[in-house]
Amino acid sequence: MSKRRTERLLSIVVLLLSARRYLTAEEIRRAVIGYPEQDAAFKRTFERDKDELRELGIPLETGTPGLFDDEVGYRIPRQDYELPDIHLTADEAAVLGIAARVWRSAELSGAAFGAMLKLTAASSGPGPADGDDEAAPAAPGIVPRLTTQEPAFGPLWEAVRDRRPVTFSYLASGRAAASQRELEPWGVVSRRGHWYVAGHDRAARPPGTRVFRMSRISGPVKMAGQAGTVAVPPGTDVRELVKDWGTTRDRDDARPATLMVRAGAGLGLRRPPARTEPSARKPGWDLVTTRFADLTWFAQYVASFGPDAEVTDPPDLRDAVIACLKGVLST
Amino acid sequence: MTGTARMVTSGERLRRLLALVPYVISRKSVSLKETAATFGLTERELIDDLNLAWCMELNGPQPYCPIDLSYEGGEIVVSQAEAIDRPLRLAADEASALLVALRMLGDVGGGDAAVVDSVIEKLGAAAGGTAGGGQLDRQVAVVTVADASGHAATLTQALADGRRVHLRYYVPGRDEATERDVDPMRLLMAEGRTYLEGWCRRAEGVRLFRLDRVLDLAVLDVPARVPDDAAPVDVDAGLFRPSPSDVTVVLRVSTTARWVTESYPCESVTEIDGEPGWLLVSLRTPDTGWVRRLALRLGDAARVESPARLVAEVRATAKAALTLYE
Repeated sequence: MSKRRTERLLSIVVLLLSARRYLTAEEIRRAVIGYPEQDAAFKRTFERDKDELRELGIPLETGTPGLFDDEVGYRIPRQDYELPDIHLTADEAAVLGIAARVWRSAELSGAAFGAMLKLTAASSGPGPADGDDEAAPAAPGIVPRLTTQEPAFGPLWEAVRDRRPVTFSYLASGRAAASQRELEPWGVVSRRGHWYVAGHDRAARPPGTRVFRMSRISGPVKMAGQAGTVAVPPGTDVRELVKDWGTTRDRDDARPATLMVRAGAGLGLRRPPARTEPSARKPGWDLVTTRFADLTWFAQYVASFGPDAEVTDPPDLRDAVIACLKGVLST
Repeated sequence: MTGTARMVTSGERLRRLLALVPYVISRKSVSLKETAATFGLTERELIDDLNLAWCMELNGPQPYCPIDLSYEGGEIVVSQAEAIDRPLRLAADEASALLVALRMLGDVGGGDAAVVDSVIEKLGAAAGGTAGGGQLDRQVAVVTVADASGHAATLTQALADGRRVHLRYYVPGRDEATERDVDPMRLLMAEGRTYLEGWCRRAEGVRLFRLDRVLDLAVLDVPARVPDDAAPVDVDAGLFRPSPSDVTVVLRVSTTARWVTESYPCESVTEIDGEPGWLLVSLRTPDTGWVRRLALRLGDAARVESPARLVAEVRATAKAALTLYE
């Protein structure tokens, strides 16, 4: 941290916010204390300062200072700088306070905290930064958390934000070796505690829309193009793309299955839409009728109930359960 | 909260200063203590920030100090800071971070839906002209499992009213439904799921109940009585921490079943030398029932290595299951 640099940046903000016209680099140099004497060094430092201010979201506008002057000048328009008025009720401030504490993420905790400070600064009453989770009157005792532990999250979030294509190496489920991907990322989505990235995969054959689980990305995520070069197709809903990733249970091609399930056991198998009736043939057992789409997945699930469940139909499902159980004994 | 122990960059510090000055101005005067707490700073750090703003000079062309403030007697007053008397508008990632979190809160049914909606609307309006495009928050999203049961809403109400609840709760490790009375403490939404944290009167301890495993829920006409020494879970340290009484289980897992390492908290995952395609996974659990069921479903893609008792149990269960098909 450089105290002098912070001081210099603050001076520029104050100066350009109060200016009634565009100020040239030379005028800024004269007014702000702490710039290097040497011209080349000043230029470099001033460029860095401008980048830093823009990164913070400060609207640094360029224009020409006078009618007969074509030298570029700078100013910060107040109406673009200031947070618009926002009035929050106590309940709303409390909910916002909970929302700001949701992130447990190197990338977004700071952003949420920064936003909350600005909103608190804007209100004269208690703001969202005051109080804590438990004290929130609108939502007592609710503690939500979003974590981003996947190392790929940081670069992918930046790529989405800056609309830049990326490359990474991906180990797909059931594959022994990783493959190289070239993705135009459209968005990042959290589902059931895992983060995913969705977008257009240029390396896929044929290229198309793909979803990747971040925990399966191996090695670094590299930027593979300039900012602003990714176009998200209009109407894209990244939540919809990720929603059904890896699940097959609700597919249209589901088939019926009948099982014998020991009375009082196999609760997971009896969940709706399954139907249950006591078995006439085998006392102490129930006949459960259900549907499945993914044969392997469902066979393994039935196998997990061990001697409490038996598939009676269809035969290929029955065989798959037998194969799975024999597999256990073969290891 | 910002992690004051680490170094902050000049940019981050500037961002803080640009919020600090309007924060004091909108309150007319505010104590060092309260301000430090709000900004997640020590009083020393806060004073450094205030001094920096106060000492800042511009040449106009004579040197002058555009910001005037004092903190005598521990009360901060800003008497002059015209240019930066309002906070800077929200940056794109700041607005998205909040909007994404708010939408998640709304989706999971925690809190008052009308309040959540109105905050989203106000925040969206305030962030409308945000640099970087207003659609960014739509590109970061959280898919939540729809609370079709309405349990989250019922429990929110029970928490607000301080009432005991009765649960019929599914324990998949033992494949059984259990009946319990629970004094609710909090609703936790973490690791992609919603949990009720409460004092379980059957276990006489703090327990977490996954809402999607609650088969039936009834609010009782009895006030909740959580013992004073009931210690809530430290959410930020992870919901499931191994306890000394846990059993260590070692599994050999094929890389084709790598999902296992992503779905369960593992102590270690290592590749096995000389056996490409296999991983050695170690995990700790208070109840090996679910590991037995996991081993059954993994077939030849996994093998329990230890403890020996569990190895025998898995084989015996698989044999017993196969007799059904003879």
